[in-house]
Amino acid sequence: MRHLRQLEDQSVYILREAYKHFDNLAMLWSMGKDSTVLLWLARKAFFGHVPFPLLHVDTSYKIPAMIEYRDRVAREWGLKLIVGQNKEALAAGMNHTLGRVNCCTALKTNGLKQLLEQKGYTGIILGVRADEEGTRAKERYFSPRDKHGDWDFRDQPPELWNQFKTTFPPGTHIRIHPLLDWTEINIWEYIKLENIPFMDLYLDKGDGTRYRSLGCAPCTTPIKSTAKSVDDIIEELRHTTVAERSGRAQDEGRGMELLRKDGYM
Amino acid sequence: MSPSDTPSKPSESLNIVIVGHVDHGKSTLLGRLYADTGSLPDGKLEKVQAICRQQGKEFEYAFLFDAFLEEQEQGITIDTARTFFGWKGRDYIIIDAPGHKEFLKNMISGAARAEGALLLIDALEGVKEQSKKHGYLLSLLGVRQFAVVVNKMDLVGYRQDVFDGIDKEYREFLGQFKAVPQQIIPVSAKLGDNIANRSAQMPWYTGPTVLDSLGAFQKEPGRSEQPLRLPIQDVYKFDARRVIAGRVTAGRLKVGDSLVFSPSNKRAMVKSIEAFNVDPPPVEGHAGQSVGVTLDDQIFVERGEIVSHQEQLPLVSTAFRANVFWLGRRPLERGRRYQLRVATKEVDCEVATIHRIIDTMDLTQQQGCNVLNKNQVAELTIRTKAPVAFDLSASFEATGRFVLVDEYDIAGGGIVTEQVHDDQEFLREEARQRDFAWVKGEVGVEDRAQQYGHRAAIVLVTGGRHTGKSFLARTIEARLVADGRHAYLLDGENLRRGLDADLSEGERGQATEMARRYGEVARLLVDTGLIVVSTTNPFGLAYVEAAQIIRTLVHPVPVIAIHMSKAPEEVPPNTDIVLSGPADFDAATRRILEELKRRGVLAQAIGAKPIFQYSI
Repeated sequence: MRHLRQLEDQSVYILREAYKHFDNLAMLWSMGKDSTVLLWLARKAFFGHVPFPLLHVDTSYKIPAMIEYRDRVAREWGLKLIVGQNKEALAAGMNHTLGRVNCCTALKTNGLKQLLEQKGYTGIILGVRADEEGTRAKERYFSPRDKHGDWDFRDQPPELWNQFKTTFPPGTHIRIHPLLDWTEINIWEYIKLENIPFMDLYLDKGDGTRYRSLGCAPCTTPIKSTAKSVDDIIEELRHTTVAERSGRAQDEGRGMELLRKDGYM
Repeated sequence: MSPSDTPSKPSESLNIVIVGHVDHGKSTLLGRLYADTGSLPDGKLEKVQAICRQQGKEFEYAFLFDAFLEEQEQGITIDTARTFFGWKGRDYIIIDAPGHKEFLKNMISGAARAEGALLLIDALEGVKEQSKKHGYLLSLLGVRQFAVVVNKMDLVGYRQDVFDGIDKEYREFLGQFKAVPQQIIPVSAKLGDNIANRSAQMPWYTGPTVLDSLGAFQKEPGRSEQPLRLPIQDVYKFDARRVIAGRVTAGRLKVGDSLVFSPSNKRAMVKSIEAFNVDPPPVEGHAGQSVGVTLDDQIFVERGEIVSHQEQLPLVSTAFRANVFWLGRRPLERGRRYQLRVATKEVDCEVATIHRIIDTMDLTQQQGCNVLNKNQVAELTIRTKAPVAFDLSASFEATGRFVLVDEYDIAGGGIVTEQVHDDQEFLREEARQRDFAWVKGEVGVEDRAQQYGHRAAIVLVTGGRHTGKSFLARTIEARLVADGRHAYLLDGENLRRGLDADLSEGERGQATEMARRYGEVARLLVDTGLIVVSTTNPFGLAYVEAAQIIRTLVHPVPVIAIHMSKAPEEVPPNTDIVLSGPADFDAATRRILEELKRRGVLAQAIGAKPIFQYSI
C-alpha cells in the first residue's frame, strides 16, 4: 500500500511536469489495464479533470468489447476522445497475415504517426512499463523521438533527480512514460486499491481462460487461468513465471525491438 | 528459493544501481541475481541459451538482460536497463548502469535514482579508472548506501591477500571524500560464490553475501521530520478551486499552517488539501507526496517558488558555489548562458568562476580553467539572472541540487555547497522583513488586477545622459493611460527635493541610499496595482547599481528594463530591450507594450480593456 502510494506520487509528479511543459499534449489510451490506470492517475494529478485529449489508434481489429468500454468510460468521465485510424492501409487490405510486424507498423505505428502529424502533438503520454519487455526497460520517463518518430536508444539524454527533458527542437516530440516503474502486479494492486473500473476480458468467465494483455483480436490469445476477480489475478501473478506478453504475437523473435526503434509504443 | 516461498507479498521496493569499470562483470552479476532468486520468467534462460548456440557462443548470465541484440554483439550494456527481482518480501528494481566511459551520462541517470548501489571491482584487474570515478560520483549524487563487490575471485584462486589488497586500496580512496561502504564482498558472479549462497571456496570471508547485503539496505529515511520544503510545480484552476500543486520534498504541512513562499516572500494559510477519490479529504501532506493545497488568500505565486514555514526559510540569492559534473556534448564555458533548474525553478544562469577541476582518479585539482569538458567534475560559482530559493545539499537533498540545461538537453548536474553572498543581500533581507510584516487591507493583489485589467509592474528606463529616457517614459505613461491602464510616471526629481531633502551632499553623490528610497516608494506604488514608469535619471551614471537596488526592493513584481544608449556601453544585467536612442518613440512604445503582454502584465485573460462602471 505504501509502495503503491509512492508509485502514484511519482507518476502524478511526471504527469504534472508533462502538463506544465507541453502546450500540445495528449495521452494514448488503449483501454488496457495499464493505460486505464494511467488515465486514473491523470484524474488524481488534476483533481478529477483530464486536461488533455485521449488518443486511441484503432486498428479496426480490436476486440469489440474494448470499443464499447472505451465509449462508455469516455462518456462517464467526460473525456475528450480522439480516434485515429490508418484508413489508407486498411483500404489497401492490411492485416496480420501480411506479416505481424508489417501490420503493427502500418496500423499502429503509422496510424499513430498520422495522428501526431495531423494534430501536431509535441508530448505524448504512454502507459509503457519497464518490466514488460527488454526494450521498454531502456526507456526514460521523458523520451525524445526525432522527426520520423524514431528512437535513438544509444544516445538518450540524461535524466536525473526528477529533472526531465522538456525542451526539444522543432519537428520532434517527446514520449512521456509515467508508469515506467510499475510492475504488472502493482497495476492490479492499484486497480483494487482505488477500485478502478476495468474490462472483464481480464477475468475468467467460466471457460478457464482470460486475457492477460489486450491487443488486436487476431494477434492476442487468452491464457489458461481461473482468475475470476482482481484478488485472483494478483494471487496468480505472484506465482507465475510466464511472461506477461507471451500472448502477444508481435513480440516473437526481434519483433518488439524492430517495432520500437521505428516509433511503436 | 523461488518467489512463491516468500512469506508475504512484496510491500516495498528498493532502487539499486550496479556500477563499476567496464567488463568487471555487472551484467553477469545481474543475471546471476535473477537466476538465484528464481525471478526469471519460464523459458527466458532457455531462449537466451538457444540464441547463444545459434551464434556459436558460450552461454553467459550477462546475456539474459542485454535485451538488445546489438548489445550482445558489442558486448557492452548501452543504456540504463531497469529490471526487477523479488527477494524476502522486497522488490529490487535493478538499474544496470553501463561501465563504458562513453556512457557516463547513462550511469549518472541510473545512479541518481538509486537508493543503494553495488560497485563492482574485478579481482584480477584491481581498482581501475571507472571504479574510482563511479565511487566518487555515487558520493556526489547522494547515494550513501553502497556495497563494494570484488568479482571474479575464481580467476585469482580465491586468494585472501588479493582481496585484502583491493579492500585496503579502495577504502583509502573512498576515505578521501569520507565515503564508507557498507561492505566489501569477495564473489564470483559467474560461479555463484557469495551471491545468494556462501562460498565454500572462501572460508576466510565471514561477512554477508550480496543478497544479505542488499537485504540490509534501508529504505531512504523519511524526510518528513525535516523542515518543510514544497517546490511549487504548477497552479491549477480547473474548477472553483485554485490549487497550488507540488511534491513535498521535505517535512510536512497541515491544514491551517501558515506558509511562506520564497523568493517572493508572499504568505498565506493552508485552507484545504485537495485530493481525488480520497474520502475523507486529507488534512496533512508529508515528504514524498504529490499534493495540492488551496490557500486562504488569493496571492499570486508561481512555479519555482519554495514553500516553507516561516521559522526555517530556504536561502535566497543570485549566486552559489557548487560541485558540478558535466555531460554535455560541448564543454561548459565560463560566461555562457545556461538554464538552471533547482527543483521546479527554471532560470537563466552563467558560470561566474570555475574554481577548480577535480580529477576523480587521484582527486588532484587543476586551477585557472575556463572550460569544463565532458565527464569532468569541478567546483564552480553559478550566478543566476533572478534570485532563486535553494538549500545547501548537506541539509536538504532535493532543493540542494540542480541540473544545467544547454540548449535542449540536460548537460550537467550538481550539488550546492555554499551560498555566495551577493551585494544585494542586505536589501533582500530588508525586503523580506518588510514583506513579512506588511499590513494588508481587504483588497488583495488579485482583486486589484481583476478590477484594473492588468497587473502591477515597473517599466524602468536606464541609460546615459541625453538619450531620451524621460521623453520615452512620458510617452509610455501617456500611451498606457490612453489605453485605459493605470500608469504613473515616478520621476526621481520629485523625490530628490522632497523625500531625499535630508541627505547630505556626500550621500547624494552615491546612488545607494537614494536608490533604496526610490525602490521603497516604487514598492508602495506597485502595491496599489499601478504600472510604474520611471527612469534612472537622478542617479546619473550610477544607473547599473541603482537599477539593481530597485529590482531587489520591488521583487517579485515584474521589472521591464529598457536601456537607451547613444554609444556602446555597459548594459545593466537583465535588460529586456536595448534601444539606440533617441529612437522612434512610437515604435519603442509598441515594443514595450508587447513586452508587457509577454510578461503577463497586460494579460488578455483579465481583460485587454477594463470596463468602467459609473455610479452617480
